[in-house]
Amino acid sequence: MTDSKYFTTTKKGEIFELKAELNSDKKEKKKEAVKKVIASMTVGKDVSALFPDVVNCMQTDNLELKKLVYLYLMNYAKSQPDMAIMAVNTFVKDCEDPNPLIRALAVRTMGCIRVDKITEYLCEPLRKCLKDEDPYVRKTAAVCVAKLHDINAQLVEDQGFLDTLKDLISDSNPMVVANAVAALSEIAESHPNSNLLDLNPQTINKLLTALNECTEWGQIFILDCLANYTPRDDRESQSICERVTPRLSHANSAVVLSAVKVLMKFMEMLPKDLDYYGTLLKKLAPPLVTLLSAEPELQYVALRNINLIVQRRPEILKHEMKVFFVKYNDPIYVKLEKLDIMIRLASQANIAQVLAELKEYATEVDVDFVRKAVRAIGRCAIKVEQSAERCVSTLLDLIQTKVNYVVQEAIVVIKDIFRKYPNKYESVIATLCENLDSLDEPEARAAMIWIVGEYAERIDNADELLESFLEGFHDESTQVQLQLLTAIVKLFLKKPTETQELVQQVLSLATQDSDNPDLRDRGYIYWRLLSTDPVAAKEVVLAEKPLISEETDLIEPTLLEELICHIGTLASVYHKPPSAFVEGSRGVQHKRLPGSAGSGESVESPDTGSAAGASDAPPAVIPSQGDLLGDLLNLDLTPPATTGPPPPATSGLQLGAMDLLGGGLDSLMGDESEPPPIPLRTDTPQSPQVLHQSPSPPDYSPTELGGDLGGSSAMGAGFGAPPPAAAAAPFSAPVSGGLDDLFDLGGGVGMPMGAYSPPKTVWLPAMKGKGLEISGTFARRAGVIQMEMTLTNKAMSVMTDFAIQFNRNSFGLAPAGPLQVLTPLSPNQSIEVALPLSTVGPVMKMDPLNNLQVAVKNNIDVFYFSCQYPISMLFVEDGKMERQVFLATWKDIPNDSEAQFQIADCRLSSDAASNKLQGSNIFTIAKRTVDGQDMLYQSTKLSNGIWVLAELRVQTGNPNFTVCLKCRAPEVAQCVFQSYEAVLKN
Amino acid sequence: MIHSLFLVSNSGDIFLEKHWKSVISRSVCDYFFEAKEKAGDPENVAPVLQTPHHYLISIYRDKLFFVSVTQTEVPPLFVIEFLHRVADTFQDYFGECSESVIKDNTVTVYELLEEMLDNGFPLATESNVLKEMIRPPTILRSVVNTLTGGSNVGGTLPTGQLSNVPWRRVGVKYTNNEAYFDVIEEIDAILDKSGTTVFAEIQGVIEACVKLSGMPDLTLSFMNPRLLDDVSFHPCVRFKRWESERVLSFIPPDGNFRLLSYHVSSQNLVAIPVYVKQNISFLETGSCGRLDITIGPKQTMGKMVESLMVTIPMPKSVLNVNLIATQGTYTFDLSTKVLLWDIGKLNPQKLPNLRGSLSVQPGAPKPEENPSINIDLKIQQLAISGLKVSRLDMYGEKYKPFKGVKYVTKAGKFQVRT
Repeated sequence: MTDSKYFTTTKKGEIFELKAELNSDKKEKKKEAVKKVIASMTVGKDVSALFPDVVNCMQTDNLELKKLVYLYLMNYAKSQPDMAIMAVNTFVKDCEDPNPLIRALAVRTMGCIRVDKITEYLCEPLRKCLKDEDPYVRKTAAVCVAKLHDINAQLVEDQGFLDTLKDLISDSNPMVVANAVAALSEIAESHPNSNLLDLNPQTINKLLTALNECTEWGQIFILDCLANYTPRDDRESQSICERVTPRLSHANSAVVLSAVKVLMKFMEMLPKDLDYYGTLLKKLAPPLVTLLSAEPELQYVALRNINLIVQRRPEILKHEMKVFFVKYNDPIYVKLEKLDIMIRLASQANIAQVLAELKEYATEVDVDFVRKAVRAIGRCAIKVEQSAERCVSTLLDLIQTKVNYVVQEAIVVIKDIFRKYPNKYESVIATLCENLDSLDEPEARAAMIWIVGEYAERIDNADELLESFLEGFHDESTQVQLQLLTAIVKLFLKKPTETQELVQQVLSLATQDSDNPDLRDRGYIYWRLLSTDPVAAKEVVLAEKPLISEETDLIEPTLLEELICHIGTLASVYHKPPSAFVEGSRGVQHKRLPGSAGSGESVESPDTGSAAGASDAPPAVIPSQGDLLGDLLNLDLTPPATTGPPPPATSGLQLGAMDLLGGGLDSLMGDESEPPPIPLRTDTPQSPQVLHQSPSPPDYSPTELGGDLGGSSAMGAGFGAPPPAAAAAPFSAPVSGGLDDLFDLGGGVGMPMGAYSPPKTVWLPAMKGKGLEISGTFARRAGVIQMEMTLTNKAMSVMTDFAIQFNRNSFGLAPAGPLQVLTPLSPNQSIEVALPLSTVGPVMKMDPLNNLQVAVKNNIDVFYFSCQYPISMLFVEDGKMERQVFLATWKDIPNDSEAQFQIADCRLSSDAASNKLQGSNIFTIAKRTVDGQDMLYQSTKLSNGIWVLAELRVQTGNPNFTVCLKCRAPEVAQCVFQSYEAVLKN
Repeated sequence: MIHSLFLVSNSGDIFLEKHWKSVISRSVCDYFFEAKEKAGDPENVAPVLQTPHHYLISIYRDKLFFVSVTQTEVPPLFVIEFLHRVADTFQDYFGECSESVIKDNTVTVYELLEEMLDNGFPLATESNVLKEMIRPPTILRSVVNTLTGGSNVGGTLPTGQLSNVPWRRVGVKYTNNEAYFDVIEEIDAILDKSGTTVFAEIQGVIEACVKLSGMPDLTLSFMNPRLLDDVSFHPCVRFKRWESERVLSFIPPDGNFRLLSYHVSSQNLVAIPVYVKQNISFLETGSCGRLDITIGPKQTMGKMVESLMVTIPMPKSVLNVNLIATQGTYTFDLSTKVLLWDIGKLNPQKLPNLRGSLSVQPGAPKPEENPSINIDLKIQQLAISGLKVSRLDMYGEKYKPFKGVKYVTKAGKFQVRT
């Protein structure tokens, strides 16, 4: 007999019959009836009507029957909350049962009943079970806390279950520890800031001990928890790594990958010259390779993670290329991933092998895979220069196959190869042109048009080719239209005599007949450019393009770092930060790799540096990195009031453009036709009537107009230019606002002021800012403190919506207004901003005192950096003390608050020094000369009212000055001295 | 953690659902069906899918989909490993893992799932622990149960649950104490047209069948342990001893288990047992092609190659084949276009050959792709990597067990490109 008998029905009505059987006196019949009910439930039939009858069977000593009833209860209690109360008594009783199995079962089931009324009764039994003598019950109870928290978080906190749970981390039984960790991790996920898993060396040690003894699943929980810990130094990091490495040989692949995560993270802290570092690198390769011999689903997840690992540490798998070779019967999702990794690992040493493989793949059946293989050949050419020639010839072979989609892919990648190695492979253009008619995909068409436009001077019939595309202009996709527009303008600039008609045709198609604003804007720009200043047009449109590199398809370093911290999770499969897609991730903390210690790399971001150095600083001064990030994250980043550029006045522009076009074109044509054709040169002055009113603005990026291919998105964000939408924005911005910007800045930066302001330094390198680079300085101008920054967009897309916030700092600095970046920042553009600061913000003492932690937000992400401001900008103008007061104060301040410093190599007379210091609001009150030594007595006042008194000793002929500082807050002395030094030496 | 599980048949029916937290409507599977539709071949369904509110992580085994639903960030490998464990357990309990057998045993399946996971956390996944809690159905037991009213649910706490050796129960007793080990090696290889090895590696496992009374402590040592530089152990193996002495020291689980899996990848250690001389060509015009395949022994270490089988997925435009095999039989599946040639033993004196013509759909272009040839074979009494067990010692118990080691080499994913 099998369970399928439970599905047979009779005519009388199933529910009716079951009801009768459930109320039967015979135990056996009862059990069979409950089984029938469960069987119906599993296939999704509604048997909730039997609730009271089933619950009546609960009081039994037959464990199987009890389990079955519990199963039923869990499913239906929610729909019958009042009835479920009937079960409570039995639960409470079962929690006292001498058999631990029954105690555990009861507490487990109770937790699964998601009815508020029941949870109230659950608390007492749960409290007992958490302290049960039997570890099996304790481990079940630990999980129950997580269940209860999911139903009623407040209740769990009020009842103090969280503390009990934390205590269980120190339990003697490893399984209990593992489950406590799992439960805490789950609870912590919904409370990112609760700091539930307070990891310290003691708990870490306990976890590592439990790690060796608990089940495979427990090991996963513990390893994932360990990965959140930041070791204090490289030695602790090494010792954790040593204890985790044996997990790499576990049969469970999830354990292996979690161990890899811990090792990848903690490795960052190990000095690279350490022997152990090398050993560890070697140990990581075999387990990763082994993951690839598992089931295809496991392989897929492993491959996605290996993709990250290879980008972070290519050395681990550099000799393992062959395991990524594609097998005929791999599922397609595995094939595509393997291909990706093959390209990442391709190097000069193995390129021959890789190319042979790729060529093999290009003849396979699956279209997606073949396409990717063809692209991969192109990527190899770009990555490994030595192989470019072979790649190109391989691609030509593939084009000869005439298989439609292969040809199209090949053309797309050859375009990229042209951009990487200009003037090298143009001989193949003829072959490409032969296949013009077979191209039906927008991307391939756009690529081909780009090639024709870019090399118009070498293709005899370029105008015919482009004209043939122009016929169906409105049916083309935007990508192709934009490309065609640019290509024809290029052609016109190269061969102006024959193509005037063509260019006018395309400009009118783009500006008058198109509804697409991107296309229209680009059309107008070209039109205006051609009509006002053909020389500039040439400079802009035919400008040299930056070479593309293989780096463009890599994941951004900051994102990569974060993803490395999430190895083995869904984030690592999607290659997106968890905050981007995990539901309910209110304030998921961005994880970062720890900074390396001891090695020669000093280019760490300031905040990781401060975290690494936190161990030797007094803990009260610097909040730990986690807290700090939390603080900054909680700050309210308000976007600037105006977003985006004002819409261009289209009609006016249009008229102007039309008028100008006539003259402009005539002038171009005139100059060309009267003397025998002289090629346009940038240095020959052209058409005197064209006043150079609007030279191309300095920030203008030539590549944008220079005819990049709009959005070859399949190659990653990389090879192509920004997508059309992004490309369009800068056209209006620089033209309308560029000059005004310049004038604005002229007022701000240009005028020399008395106060010293240090030169700009880079605060946020583009690597860390996802392409946003911020350099800046501080200055005090007419009594107003200003933060002057240069924002540079080094990414490929437009940045908008800038906003700024400071963390609490020693002197309460805070932005006095929003960050004034009103126009979007297009790629390669820089903008200067001066942000006025107030000193009334919240105060927290920092170390060093003049440290300022800043968060800058834009449309891409929020970035954090810290910088140090010269304290001299806090010196207020009314800092001159009365003589008497000075004397009294000087005496009043105890001598041990006096600090003495030397300023070496300062060749100034005492008067000159005094004048210079006065410019920075350090006022000389008295001067005394003793034995050829000038003593200057000076006072200065900080914005928060602290007075600093100084005695500056200058010996004629001796370039070394001595400064004695006295202040009631002695900790500022060091900073004030630095200001003295900076002011005097500049 | 794991929220719910749906079992879906190959045809797309959800025939079982289990929820460990709140109930999630089965409509969530629509996203899965959509992906399945798109993938075409069920093996090509991506294992991790994102839907607006959930993640679907699935595996495909024995023509069944195990689709799990999660709501929070979980390690997908953890879920996939667990799903495979569920499938293994069904296999273990019911002898096979199929829709009909699961439907026949729904209640047991449900009890098992409840026991394996609690609130999404794995609870008991070790076969011996589960079997103590829920006894596998046998004909005898169901008869006894009906007569005595007994139950197939264990009433006491399984002993293995919390001990340091959760994989073994106490009080095991056998009249015949025996320990057998099978060293099984599979060769994964890709050979190119000319027969050169593009890639080759060996996936090895040691499957154990240990039926020993009491708490035996075993030590297995190898003649050449250096071969094993990339290994994954059953949790019972003491890693420290392996690291220091290169021996496997362990208290074995009771019954069948996989002691060790390993991976030999260095090219020179991987012998390729057979060579394939092949020529598959299609005429540029006209509707036919030719096929000629000969297989011969290469590095067989003097052993007989058995169960030799050749599978060739032909291009879709091939209508039929007309071949002559000197040994064995061939079949050509008209719908899947797979040519299967079952050869049997490889006779080195008289090499098997298959040749003849292929008829191609008239008017169809010459097939673009080259079919790849997949080889299956078996060599008894040989571990192709050369791995040899030198001895097995038992401590902790007094009796003398029967011991045995068997070697076998098979072809794994062994492909010849044409």
